[in-house]
Amino acid sequence: MTDMASLMEDRAAAKVISDNLRKPVDWDSPKIARNIKKRYAAERRFKSYGLVAICLALLALCTLALSIGSKGYSAFYQTYVQLEVTFDPAVIDPDRTGDPDVIGRANFDGLVKQALRDRFPDVTSRSDKRDLYGIVSGGASYDLRERVLENPSLIGQTRTIWLISGDDFDMLNKGYIDPTVDEGDRRLNDNEVAWYNELVADGAVEKQFHTRFFTSGDSREPELAGIWGAAVGSFYTLLVTLALSFPIGVLAAIYLEEFAPKNRFTQIVEVNINNLAAVPSIVFGLLGLEVYLNVMHLPRSAPVVGGLTLALMTLPTIIIASRAAIKAVPPSIRQAALGLGASPVQTVTHHVLPLAMPGILTGTIIGMAQALGETAPLLMIGMVAFIVDIPGGALDPATVLPVQIYLWADSPERAFVEKTSAAIMVLLAFLVLMNGLAVYLRKKFERKW
Amino acid sequence: MSLSFLLLAVAALCALSFYFGRQRAVALSGGRHSNLHSLPVHYGAYTAAWCGLPALFLLLIWYMFQGSVIEALIVSDLPQEVVGDSGRLSLALNSISQIAAGGGEHLTVSPEIVDAGRRLANLQTIANAALVVVMLSVALAGLVLSYRRIEADMRARNNVERISRAIMIVCSAIAILSTVGIVFSLMFETLHFFSKINPLDFLFGLEWSPQTAIRADQVASEGAFGMIPLFVGTLLITLIAMCVAVPVGLFSAIYMGEYAAPKFRAVAKPALEILAGVPTVVYGFFAALTVAPFLRDNGAILGLDVSSESALAAGLVMGIMIIPFVSSLSDDVMSQVPKSLRDGSYALGATKSETIRQVIFPAALPGIVGAVLLAVSRAIGETMIVVMAAGLAANMTVNPLQAVTTVTVQIVTLLVGDQEFDSAKTLSAFALGLVLFLVTLGLNVFALKVVQKYREKYD
Repeated sequence: MTDMASLMEDRAAAKVISDNLRKPVDWDSPKIARNIKKRYAAERRFKSYGLVAICLALLALCTLALSIGSKGYSAFYQTYVQLEVTFDPAVIDPDRTGDPDVIGRANFDGLVKQALRDRFPDVTSRSDKRDLYGIVSGGASYDLRERVLENPSLIGQTRTIWLISGDDFDMLNKGYIDPTVDEGDRRLNDNEVAWYNELVADGAVEKQFHTRFFTSGDSREPELAGIWGAAVGSFYTLLVTLALSFPIGVLAAIYLEEFAPKNRFTQIVEVNINNLAAVPSIVFGLLGLEVYLNVMHLPRSAPVVGGLTLALMTLPTIIIASRAAIKAVPPSIRQAALGLGASPVQTVTHHVLPLAMPGILTGTIIGMAQALGETAPLLMIGMVAFIVDIPGGALDPATVLPVQIYLWADSPERAFVEKTSAAIMVLLAFLVLMNGLAVYLRKKFERKW
Repeated sequence: MSLSFLLLAVAALCALSFYFGRQRAVALSGGRHSNLHSLPVHYGAYTAAWCGLPALFLLLIWYMFQGSVIEALIVSDLPQEVVGDSGRLSLALNSISQIAAGGGEHLTVSPEIVDAGRRLANLQTIANAALVVVMLSVALAGLVLSYRRIEADMRARNNVERISRAIMIVCSAIAILSTVGIVFSLMFETLHFFSKINPLDFLFGLEWSPQTAIRADQVASEGAFGMIPLFVGTLLITLIAMCVAVPVGLFSAIYMGEYAAPKFRAVAKPALEILAGVPTVVYGFFAALTVAPFLRDNGAILGLDVSSESALAAGLVMGIMIIPFVSSLSDDVMSQVPKSLRDGSYALGATKSETIRQVIFPAALPGIVGAVLLAVSRAIGETMIVVMAAGLAANMTVNPLQAVTTVTVQIVTLLVGDQEFDSAKTLSAFALGLVLFLVTLGLNVFALKVVQKYREKYD
C-alpha cells in the first residue's frame, strides 16, 4: 500500500469516528444489548477459568491425598496366622538349665516350622515345604523367643499363638494379590492359595493392628520393617539443625535489624541471605559432602552431618522471619528502655526479643518443618544407607523419615508400597502438627501496637 | 571423652566462672552495688564468656583441621607407590580407616596398611585426649585470667556488650561463609574435573555417559561428559511444569484476589498452601506410582507409546508442586497494583475481567514475569521428583512421552552408593552442581531484580 492510499484510508476512518461521535449513543439499541451480553459472557468465562484453576489445584491435592491414603491405610494392619506351637523342651532347653542365655540361643525358627508342618501334614516335598514356611514371617521366631524369655513356664506346653505372617501372604489377605489370575502371573502358587483358604476357613487368619510398624527399624522384610529408626534419626537431625540454626539465625537477625550499620558488610550479608534461600537444596548436599565429610572427616550417614547441612538451609528462613518479627516491635519500646538507662543489648534481650519471640518461633517451626521434609541433600552425605538399628545418638549412622520413604519407594516388594504410603502419612501428620502449632502461635500472640 | 561430655564440661566450667565472677564483684562492692561500675551479673557474664568462648573457638578450629592433619601424617608413612597413585591411595585410606574403627578383618591388605590403621587409631586417641586437655586448660586459663581482672570500676557491661555484638557479627557472617563454602567446594572439585576432561567438551558435548573405564586396559566404557542432554532434559521437564503451574497458578491468584468470597478464600488459600508444604519425596512417590502408570495406561489406550518414566509425569507433578509458588507471588504483585488504577477502569465502565486483563495484568506483568522466573529456578533445582519419576538415560529428545534425565538426577546417581574416589565420574557431579548453582543463582538474582524494580514503581 502506498503512503497516499493509507493516508486516504486514515482520513476515511477518522470521518467515520467523528460521525459516530456526533451521533448520540442509543443505549437501548440491539447492537449495544448484544455487546453487553457478550461482555458479560466474557466476564463469566473469565471468572470460571479462575474457579477451574483453583479446582484443578485442589483436585491435585485430593488425588495426592487419596492415592497415598488408599495405598497406605492397610499398612497399619498386619495379617497374623494362628498356629499351635509346641514349646518343645528338647529344642529350647534340653538340659533344663533355665538359663536365659541358653533359651535365647534356641532354634525358635525350628519350632515355627514344626508347627507349620504339624498344621499341614500332607506337605512333603522340599520345595513345597519351603513355600509353606513362607506363610509365617521370619520375625515370628523372635516373638516366640521373647514370649518364652518372659514366661519360662511355657516350655513344654502347647499353645495356640497368633504369629506374624510373611509379606506375600499378607498381601493376599489384604486383597493385593488376585488368586484368580493365572498361577504364573502371581507371587503365590496354587498350593499357597489353597493353604490360605484352608486357614481362613478355620478362622486362623486375622488382621491385627501393626504396632511393629511404629516401633522397629528398617528391614529387608516388609512385614518387619518399621519407621521408628527413621523417626529417631529425624529427631536427632532436627535437634542438631535447631541447636545450630536457631541461635545463629536469631543473633544474625538481631544484629542486622538492631545494630548493623549500613555498610558494605551488611549489604553483602543481606544479599547473601536472599541468595542462600534460593540455592537448590542438592547444592547444600554437595557442600556437606565436600566440607563436612571430605575435609572435616565427620562420620558418614550421621545425624550430625545431616543437621549441619540442613542448618545452613534453614538459616535464611529463620533470619528472614526473625527480622520481620523484630521489625514489628515498635521503636517506642526501645526508646523507653534506653531512656531508663538500659544498654542496647539489655534493651534487646529484655524488651525486643520477648516481644518478638512468638514471631521468631513461628518462623523457626516453619523452617524446621521444611527441614523435616528435606531429602536431596541428605542423599549426598550418605544417609541413604540401609540401617536396621535404632540410632542411639547424633553420631550413630541413621536415616531420616523422607529418606526412608525414598528407600522404600525403590524396593521391589509389593508390600513396601503400602509401607511407603503409610510412612508418608506419618510424615505428613508431623508436618501438619508443626504447621498447626505455628498457626496457633501466630494467632495466640498476634498483637497490634 | 566424647564430644557431648566435653561440651557439658565446658558448660559446667562456664556456669562455675559465672558464679565466681559474680561473687567476686559482690565481694568487691562491699555490700553496695552502687560501688560497682556494672551489675554483678555482668561481671559473671564477663568471666563466663572468657572461659567458654576461647575454648569453643579452639574446638571448632581443632575439628576443622584434625582430620586433615592426621590424614597427612598417615599418608606420609605410606609406601611411595601407594601415595603416587590417587586411586590406590584413596582405597588404602579407606581400608585404614576401617581397620582403625575396629573392623576390616575381611580386608586383604598389606601389613603396612594394617600398621597404618593401628597408627591411625592411636593418633585419634591421642588427638582426642590432647583436645580434652588443651580445651579444658584454655577454659581454666580464661577463667583465672578474667577473674583476676575483675575490679570494682571495671566496665564489665560495656565489655559484655562488645563481646555479644562480636558474636552477632560472627553469626551474620555465617551466611557469607556458607556461600563461600559452596563456591569453593564446588570450584575446587570442578577444577579437578577440568584437569581430566576438557571444559569445552563438558559445556558443549552432546553425549552423556559417565561410565569411565576403571582399569586402564578396559576399552569399551569410555566416559563422555557432555552436559547438553542433561540440560535439554531439565528444560523439557521445567517447560512441562511451567505449562501446568503458570496458567493454574495465575488464574487461581486472580480468582482468589478479585472474585472469591471471603469464606471461600479462607478455605481455598490455606489448602493451596498445603501443596507447597508437601515434601518433594512425596510428590516423587506420587509421580512414580500414580501419575506415570496412569499416563502409560491411557497412552496405550490412545495408541501412544508412553515410557514408564516419562518426562510428562515428572513435569506434571512438578507443576502441581509449583502452583502455590506462582499463585502466592503473583497474588502479591497483583494486589500491589494501586486501587486508583482499578477505580479508574471501573469508572470507564469496564467489567471486572476487562479491568484485570487490560489494566491490572499489564501493570503487574514485570512482577509476574519475575515470579515465573523464580518458579523456573526452583523447577531446575528440584531433585526428588525427577530422581523418582524421570529416567536415567540421557536422551536428547523433546518428546515428553519419553524418559529424559536431568542435572539433579545425575548428581544424585553419581554420588549415591559406591563411589570411585577422585574419578572423573564422581568429580563430574560437582561440575554439574556448580553449573546448576550458577544457573539458578543467575535466574534468581535476575528475577528478584525484576520484582524489586517493579515494586518501586507505585511507591
